[in-house]
Amino acid sequence: MSDDLYQALIVLHDRAPRHHGPLVDATHVATIDNPLCGDEITVRLILDGERVQAIAFEGHGCALSRAAASMMSARAVGATTAELTALAARFTQFVREPADAPVPDDLGDLVAFRGVRKARSRRTCATLPFRALLAALAR
Amino acid sequence: MDLTARRRAFPALDQRAHGQRLAYLDAAATSLQPRAVIDAVVDAALHAAGNPGRGVHLLAEAASVALDDARHEVARFLGADADEVVFTSGTTASINLVADAWGRANLGPGDAVIATELEHHSNLVPWQRLCAERGAELRIAPVDEEGRIDLAALDALLDAKVKLVAVAHVSNVLGTIAPVAAIAARAHAVGARVLVDGAQAVAHLAIDVAGLGCDFYAFSGHKLYAPPGTGVLWARRAILDAMPPWQVGGGMVARVDRAHARYREPPHRFEAGTPNTTGLIGLGAAIRFVRSLDRAAVAADEARVHAAIARAVQAAGGTILGRPEVGVVSFALGRVHPHDVATIADQAGVALRSGHHCAEPIHHRYGVDASTRASIGCYSDDDDVAQLARALARVREVFG
Repeated sequence: MSDDLYQALIVLHDRAPRHHGPLVDATHVATIDNPLCGDEITVRLILDGERVQAIAFEGHGCALSRAAASMMSARAVGATTAELTALAARFTQFVREPADAPVPDDLGDLVAFRGVRKARSRRTCATLPFRALLAALAR
Repeated sequence: MDLTARRRAFPALDQRAHGQRLAYLDAAATSLQPRAVIDAVVDAALHAAGNPGRGVHLLAEAASVALDDARHEVARFLGADADEVVFTSGTTASINLVADAWGRANLGPGDAVIATELEHHSNLVPWQRLCAERGAELRIAPVDEEGRIDLAALDALLDAKVKLVAVAHVSNVLGTIAPVAAIAARAHAVGARVLVDGAQAVAHLAIDVAGLGCDFYAFSGHKLYAPPGTGVLWARRAILDAMPPWQVGGGMVARVDRAHARYREPPHRFEAGTPNTTGLIGLGAAIRFVRSLDRAAVAADEARVHAAIARAVQAAGGTILGRPEVGVVSFALGRVHPHDVATIADQAGVALRSGHHCAEPIHHRYGVDASTRASIGCYSDDDDVAQLARALARVREVFG
């Protein structure tokens, strides 16, 4: 398994992100920026009780943050807020692990970000959408 | 690492001073740097050569990683969290940061700041200026003849007007250790914050900011075997969160438009501009070096050498200021001016400090304008003391 930063899956999501754009009637929204590069992302959610009915993101960011937002959003639909909070923590932990740590099997497509583990300055790009998601859920 | 091995770790000790063995007894002014620190600085200049936190390329990434590692070393050294560690250029900058950023936001007319009589100018002048600007009152807590902070007198100065108590952990003139935990408990009882100037403490005492109970802790790298131009301000996270920035500019902003800026979270909010990357990486290496030492063995050697210096000074007819506990011995040698003492000592290869050591008020407390100071580090040994004793005898010969 290659540790390249720009995995085909990441490039694919960057080029054609899922859930990208506005979301009318959002119940939860948050905007977060990355001070290192000026990237900014807004995550909007429609929650039905504890479950995510719809999600969308927009803003401006690098390929890593767009792809992470896209994959995150794909996983978010139908998930509970508790599941998403756990996923955000799990993913944040994953990208902070040493580059040679075993790749976990509970992150699905998000393991495409394994290359970030050896590009410390880019971790915040990958985790930016998750920070926005947590902030939105906290509203 | 025993004392012989520790001495070998400091290449600066290899050089001759005016043809004599070098007895470096000026660690309280600035400590020597071990090979591990020098190597780390050189390595940083080669490989961590980019701008930390401001690039994605190899050398910038290496700088970011190394600086982050240094921040974690400092946090571990203080018993703190890394996001409570603000890098500065030294103790002076750290205290000025608190005075300008926290002080202006928290001190108003009618409020008061307490500093002690033994403070270094860097923990006195910022409060003088701040109080003058804010219409606040500066109160000075006295010390007794031995150089101990008089807690009863401090109690008498503490009331609800007091917003901050500023105190040196170890006096740079007297070598006395302040009862920081007791001071913090008293200050907190009236709602005041406590700032500790740790410049002279970090090389000699184990530091635990939680145990000390202080709110701010400032120190310099160059008194802890690291390069000059490096320093730390530690503050409780909640205090940093509520503090406006000090200097503003690059690296400390989250978003900027033509008219406004939004600031980053601590500690970055307080680190405007490109930091002294190589020096701070050297500070991380210095702390790793200190951690590699047998602290109990270092403390035992330092206590022995410190006591021997006091005996040598007294044997030469010197009068010691206060009753030093750690690190430094400051003294008067009859009517001989301290600069003359230090120059004659220098000719004998002994490095001493002479003058008021940036602490005029405490000298006046003892009725002198200046003193001569011998101060030690983990490399100071009995031969240094013997050489000092010979130098002081030579002073006596010259001045009769």
